[in-house]
Amino acid sequence: MDLNDTPEQAEYRAKVRSWIEANKAGAPGLGGAELGKEEAWIAERRDWQRKLAEGGFAGVTWPAEFGGQGLGPINQVIITQELQEAGVPGILDVIGIGMLGPTVIAHGTDDQKQRYLAPMLAADEVWCQLFSEPAAGSDLAGIQTKAEVQPDGSWKLNGQKVWTTNAHFASYGLILARTNSDVPKHKGMSMFIVPMDAEGVTIRPLRQITGEAEFNEVFFDDCVIPADAVVGPVDGGWMVALTTLLFERLAIGAGSEGFGYRADRFAAAIASDPVAAADHDVRHRLGKLATDLLALRFTGFRHLTAIERGGLPGSEAALGKVTAVKAAIAAGDLIADVIGPDALAEGEWAYLISFLPGLKSAGGTEEILRNMVGERVLGLPTEPRLDKGIPFNELRALEKEGASA
Amino acid sequence: MNFELSDEQNALQEAARDALSRIDTVAAAREALEDESKRADLWETAEAAGWTGLLVPEEQGGVGLGPLDAMLIAAEAGRTLAPVALLGHLPATLLAEGDELQQLAAGEKRGAFVPAMPPTDLDHAWTVDPQSGLRRSPAPSLDGNKVTGRVHWVPDAAKADLLVVIAVDGTEPKAVVIDPSQGGVKVEPVVSYDQTRPMAHVEFDAAEGKVVSASADDIARAWSVAQGLIAAESLGSVEEALERSVQYSKERYTFGRQIGSYQAVKHALVEVLRLMENARSLMYYAGWAGQDSPEQFTLAAHAFRVGAGEALDFASRELISVHGGIGATWEHDAPLFFRRAQLSRRLLGGTASAADRVAGELLAEAGARPAA
Ligand SMILES: Cc1cc2nc3c(=O)[nH]c(=O)nc-3n(C[C@H](O)[C@H](O)[C@H](O)COP(=O)(O)OP(=O)(O)OC[C@H]3O[C@@H](n4cnc5c(N)ncnc54)[C@H](O)[C@@H]3O)c2cc1C
Repeated sequence: MDLNDTPEQAEYRAKVRSWIEANKAGAPGLGGAELGKEEAWIAERRDWQRKLAEGGFAGVTWPAEFGGQGLGPINQVIITQELQEAGVPGILDVIGIGMLGPTVIAHGTDDQKQRYLAPMLAADEVWCQLFSEPAAGSDLAGIQTKAEVQPDGSWKLNGQKVWTTNAHFASYGLILARTNSDVPKHKGMSMFIVPMDAEGVTIRPLRQITGEAEFNEVFFDDCVIPADAVVGPVDGGWMVALTTLLFERLAIGAGSEGFGYRADRFAAAIASDPVAAADHDVRHRLGKLATDLLALRFTGFRHLTAIERGGLPGSEAALGKVTAVKAAIAAGDLIADVIGPDALAEGEWAYLISFLPGLKSAGGTEEILRNMVGERVLGLPTEPRLDKGIPFNELRALEKEGASA
Repeated sequence: MNFELSDEQNALQEAARDALSRIDTVAAAREALEDESKRADLWETAEAAGWTGLLVPEEQGGVGLGPLDAMLIAAEAGRTLAPVALLGHLPATLLAEGDELQQLAAGEKRGAFVPAMPPTDLDHAWTVDPQSGLRRSPAPSLDGNKVTGRVHWVPDAAKADLLVVIAVDGTEPKAVVIDPSQGGVKVEPVVSYDQTRPMAHVEFDAAEGKVVSASADDIARAWSVAQGLIAAESLGSVEEALERSVQYSKERYTFGRQIGSYQAVKHALVEVLRLMENARSLMYYAGWAGQDSPEQFTLAAHAFRVGAGEALDFASRELISVHGGIGATWEHDAPLFFRRAQLSRRLLGGTASAADRVAGELLAEAGARPAA
């Protein structure tokens, strides 16, 4: 076992480090936007992403022909580590660069790649993921937003999306919509690119428990988008969505340390209180949650090893999010127990405590992840489902019947 | 970046699995519940495979491998609940020297580490597990070459030919090699709940021994290695428990469905998997730190102890639950893993004190000055 850089990696790290050293004076702070100053915050973070992109440190795993560096995930990890070490933020558009761009690269047309990828990289155009709806989250294939083809080949969108992170400042969204209701639900969806300033799009911010409004509800009323907005085959949108979800899972699994959930950070919050540092219950709780976080870090190294050997981490990697959320919740509880109600008032612990309940659902709820891992990794039988093979339009009627019974 | 087992380590693990499969140690464990003499003893297997000298440098007649290799073998032993006596023996080989070390390495003599827990940021004494209660006992004292004191629940001590005892001279810990057959040494074999784990209470009354050159750091490292080994055994037991649970959950039907299709069952088994994968990563962490990053070894080994202990506690109960009524019967194998879990978490300082040490290490690094 060897956690050291290879000579090439060491060289790359040195390059990243010296770039950060030269540019960090112009970097924005690590914190979120202060209330009332969101626009300035976003502008700063856009500039910072643009700088990172110019340095060659955004979308490093993207192929070179689309403005990336054609490098491996390990290079991304090195960048993340060095940015953290220097105390400066990373890119603004994590969802675009990490999930939506790669989806366009995998399924988009040449024109789409030419048009959209470079401005995404430079944060000139931020993207958002328009998948979830009020009636379809875990069961994403149950979406109802409709795209109807017009005589001229363009598409008309009607429906509502929700929990859409960054929609309030995004230029484009990748939207999953139903294009055929007469077939079973997985078979009648298509993926589109929609400009967020198109006519018929209404964006309403939703505040989270944290008080910040990082996500939104988005309404589509007769919103017309051109024929060439389709990504992948018409009625083949489910496959495209699965690509996005795969990148999402990789991003979230690898990002646990990126969230800043580290054993040393939580220990430091307790170390300054000598009574807490000597309290048996506090120490026991800290020891257990720190153990989980250490496990998470070294599990991450196992996954990186798998990737470096040309494979992918197994589906069990999704459990990293479960561990991260569980340990961070325990840490928030512990630190607030030590500090008292002040910890809940404002600042980093209040934010942590308020952010975690949502993170438990974001990117796949814990229950959904456990179902998936149980079936794919342990080979456990799936549950019987009541929606198999039933055309979507009949399914809705059945659900309504069930709810009113 | 390379954080997986090497080809050699994979081969070592496979060879261990193969060697340990020749005796049905799980069946022997069940029989030993009625008749202690039926307990398996795999010392010969360990000797033949060269495990007895695994951690001893080649110049001293050993194999010269590292803590991770030892943990891999312990994990395989844990999988089959095999009594191989390495938990007592291997840490002893880290401290012994000279002729005795060569005898231990060759497997001519069995060693047993009679451990003392190193001081923490809160408790500045070297202590040993008490016979009962929460108050820890002082480690034996050393006067010249004479050891006096009592140590409880010492794994593998009953059949040992040499004891490597941690005793304190003033405040300085020393390792002392003692022949248990001489006067002044009383070895009282004990077995409690888990028949696969023979132990002893050991008493010294001015017992003479050979004080070896091991430093306090060496002694603390032997303690950490013992933590890693008992954790590795637990991890192996978890792997076996999960396999058996998953298999049964696919075979057993209720209400016209396999029980593994019910989420209550499925999610619990995924929880076992999650705890198991976390523990495996911590084993690699401990192995890596033991070899390449000694300053992190205490933290890593104790974190592994905590993670693997939690995994086995949960997995052994789940193994019983998944099997329903039959899992709770005397004849079934599931309770054997449960017995292993119950005893393991209470040995060698216990998993709770390991969690305390994880916290202590992190707090110290963060500059804490705990109020006394
Ligand atoms: C902070 C945050 C940011 C988000 N950002 C985005 C975004 O940018 N774009 C986007 O498209 N979406 C986003 N989401 C939405 C997120 O993907 C969904 O919330 C999530 O998939 C759950 O869907 P739901 O909210 O409809 O809950 P539901 O699917 O209704 O689930 C409700 C409860 O039922 C349980 N449940 C559902 N089905 C099962 C089952 N089969 N077995 C067991 N239990 C089940 C769930 O686990 C959950 O506890 C975000 C969410 C959050 C919290």
